[in-house]
Amino acid sequence: MSTPTTDLDVLTSQDYKYGFVTDIETETVPPGLNEDIVRWISAKKKEPEFMLDWRLKAYRHWLTMAEPKWPNVHYPPIDYQAASYFSAPKSKTDGPKSLDDVDPELLATYEKLGIPLSERAALAGVAVDAVFDSVSVATTFKGELEKLGIIFCSFSEAVLNHPELIEKYLGTVVPYTDNFFATLNSAVFSDGSFCYIPKGVRSPMELSTYFRINAANTGQFERTLIIADEGSHVSYLEGCTAPMRDENQLHAAVVELVALDNAQIKYSTVQNWYPGDKEGKGGIYNFVTKRGACRGVNSKISWTQVETGSAITWKYPSCILIGDNSVGEFYSVAVTNNRQQADTGTKMIHIGKNTRSTIISKGISAGRSSNTYRGLVKIQKGAQGARNFSQCDSMLMGDECGAHTFPYLEVKNPTAQVEHEATTSKIGEDQLFYCNQRGIPTEDAISMIVNGFCKEVFKELPMEFAVEAQKLLGVSLEGSVG
Amino acid sequence: MPAVAEQLNTYLETFEAQAEARQAEPEWLVERRNRGMQQFAERGFPTTKHEEYRYTSLAPIAKVSFQSAAEAAGVTLDDIEPFLYGEIKGDRLVFVNGRFTPSLSSIDSALGGTVTSIRSLLEDEPATIEPHLARHSTERDNPLAALNSALFADGAVVRIPAHEAWDAPIQLVFVSTADAPNSATHPRVLIIAERDSEGSVIETHCGLGETPYWTNAVTEIIAAPNARVDHYRLQQESLSAFHTSLVEIHQGRDSNVTTHSVSFGGGLVRNDVEVVLEDENCECTMNGLYAVNGRQHVDNRTRVDHTKPHCSSHQLYKGILDGHSRGVFGGKIIVRPDAQKTDAFQSNKNLLLSADAEVNTKPQLEIDANDVKCSHGATIGQIDEEAAFYLRSRGIGESEARSLLTYAFAADLLERMKFEPIRKRFESLLMTRLIRPGGK
Repeated sequence: MSTPTTDLDVLTSQDYKYGFVTDIETETVPPGLNEDIVRWISAKKKEPEFMLDWRLKAYRHWLTMAEPKWPNVHYPPIDYQAASYFSAPKSKTDGPKSLDDVDPELLATYEKLGIPLSERAALAGVAVDAVFDSVSVATTFKGELEKLGIIFCSFSEAVLNHPELIEKYLGTVVPYTDNFFATLNSAVFSDGSFCYIPKGVRSPMELSTYFRINAANTGQFERTLIIADEGSHVSYLEGCTAPMRDENQLHAAVVELVALDNAQIKYSTVQNWYPGDKEGKGGIYNFVTKRGACRGVNSKISWTQVETGSAITWKYPSCILIGDNSVGEFYSVAVTNNRQQADTGTKMIHIGKNTRSTIISKGISAGRSSNTYRGLVKIQKGAQGARNFSQCDSMLMGDECGAHTFPYLEVKNPTAQVEHEATTSKIGEDQLFYCNQRGIPTEDAISMIVNGFCKEVFKELPMEFAVEAQKLLGVSLEGSVG
Repeated sequence: MPAVAEQLNTYLETFEAQAEARQAEPEWLVERRNRGMQQFAERGFPTTKHEEYRYTSLAPIAKVSFQSAAEAAGVTLDDIEPFLYGEIKGDRLVFVNGRFTPSLSSIDSALGGTVTSIRSLLEDEPATIEPHLARHSTERDNPLAALNSALFADGAVVRIPAHEAWDAPIQLVFVSTADAPNSATHPRVLIIAERDSEGSVIETHCGLGETPYWTNAVTEIIAAPNARVDHYRLQQESLSAFHTSLVEIHQGRDSNVTTHSVSFGGGLVRNDVEVVLEDENCECTMNGLYAVNGRQHVDNRTRVDHTKPHCSSHQLYKGILDGHSRGVFGGKIIVRPDAQKTDAFQSNKNLLLSADAEVNTKPQLEIDANDVKCSHGATIGQIDEEAAFYLRSRGIGESEARSLLTYAFAADLLERMKFEPIRKRFESLLMTRLIRPGGK
């Protein structure tokens, strides 16, 4: 590439726009991890006995595990004893009932992010369960949802108010023994979101949570559990930005989805955590375990993700298709720039008859980043008539980045149809030339082409997110989107 | 695991036993053999924990202590007739149990280059093969190839001299008599195509007996600048055989290599093809066809390393799986940061004919250059019911319709074979396999 490369270099070297630190007093445990810390967290959150037992089981199992080395990412060893495992905004432990009770400085933070909570809640009709560090500080529209029987609250509230649901479903999709980071999360998770949609209810609004890592040196361990009971329907939005910071932060979240008969869950993520500076210093380590189980017949789980941030992204939102005729979907755009590394993809495990899955993954790498798709499609012997279609496209910008594709296809049933396709390309000089020739500047042309490349995924996002996603893509790659 | 360690010892013992024979060999070869043995001893047989062997367990080979196959007399041309192509004129080298058998071979000395056994070449002019033999493969991460380097008794050398084009292909036939159970051979082939030369080699691996035996073959192909090589690897071992192989191809500037790999036989088969495109403007084509049944397990793995700009590689592997068979494909395209303008394509298609067959495929791309065109695809499916119905509505019986569609699935690979006798042979082999009484 001749001229476009120099333009891209300028365009792709934009600084992170959302970097700042909010000064709120936080209550933080001393750094380190041992059984006492686990007990302290559990006691602090006034958890019932079974939760403490579960955490301790996870912690003891974690001690026997080794950090996985197979992902195609590189980072200095993490000192798990140096991090602090709990932090909560101090002044708000009682939990505000309305937006007025919320710390104004906190609100200002959201303001700076360009997504004012109050405005958004009112205008967009979104109930936001804002997770500021580890404890929920504001929940809106709760009353309205309650009328329908929908439970949408922070995880700690759910543990206190609905222990029977937690006990029944927690760890059934991602067991505490699952993997190194999920196990660590199980032991020390601080808070997260819980959502239960009762039988036959269609959630009238997009449920949304807003994660934000704030206090320095605090690994954030979120736990999300969504249960869609028979015939229910829910769309859940998750969005993240994080302030600029020099030390690497570990984020090891776990998300569990359960869809029963005829239920549908749509889970959308826009992730824009601090990716580190141009030399790869700082930035978030995003090691997340996300998994959904389609337990019932005709159930459906759909993952949509736009990953633009984090120094390292390491996540595989998966679907276990147990119920007959269940459907799993995965739509992903992963953008890496500078020194970012992403190793992401999905797993589709077909167990039930006539199960279907679709995988659309778009990877864009720029600068000196590395972008890996890693996915598994597994058709079990009993999955009669299973169907999968996968498409993984990569786009390379700049000659120092890498794009890798590692799909695994395992088929044990002859009636299954499995297709995988992948391409790797760059923005064609002829495409740019065509745009230039029509009077479109190179910067606009690039963003147009990139947005076109990702269109298949963006159209799956709820409207509120689609706008933000395009914006983030612009910020990550160019600075402005035409 | 002590049990496996013991089996490793049998190979060490075999290696020790050959110490005397090695004294006659040139120093450089002894050194390379020692290195091979050392590498194998260190690594042992790869287990399924090894990512490249995830779906193929070599334990059935590892747990048996295979002895080097004994010399066998009495194999006649009639015995190996089904594996020869009489219609094809050209030199033929036949190896029985890993040893060159002149009585079954025919060499036309009129050719300018070299078509002979490694052993006789080592006696006459070892210097010609020193730059190549066992030099490349042992450097790779492949303990079985390392074992071959350490233990091969004999093999073939084909050297096509510069500026020459050979019309007739060279036939290399490796026969295992499998008289005694648990015998092993380690055949070796070295193909050197010098500057601007052109030639074809047909490599056949076959078995005559039904007792278990192991063939562990290595083929090295070195294509000098502007050389063209057409390579056929026809694997027709008996169903109780274990077959592991490595084909390693090194290509110079403007060279063009095509390799066809056909796997119909063998109980447990693992074929590796490694291609290094070392200079600009190389072209490499890899075609693979496997048709297996019963409890056969066939694993094909390819690795193409694009190190320089303007090279292209094309891979098409197709599998037909029946019975309880299992097909595995692992492909990797690596594009180095330097290798701009690379055009790489990889495709693996599988047809499952029975409820108990299984396919695991893993096509991979590793790309570190931006101005490239790379794509891969994989499909797994069954016979198109509508197409079968169409044929039946035209009065074609169900079983015939299915055979026809299965044949059509493989046809494009067969059509890519340049030599008609080979194409015809495998067409009919495929058809006889497909016609099954009673249809489904």
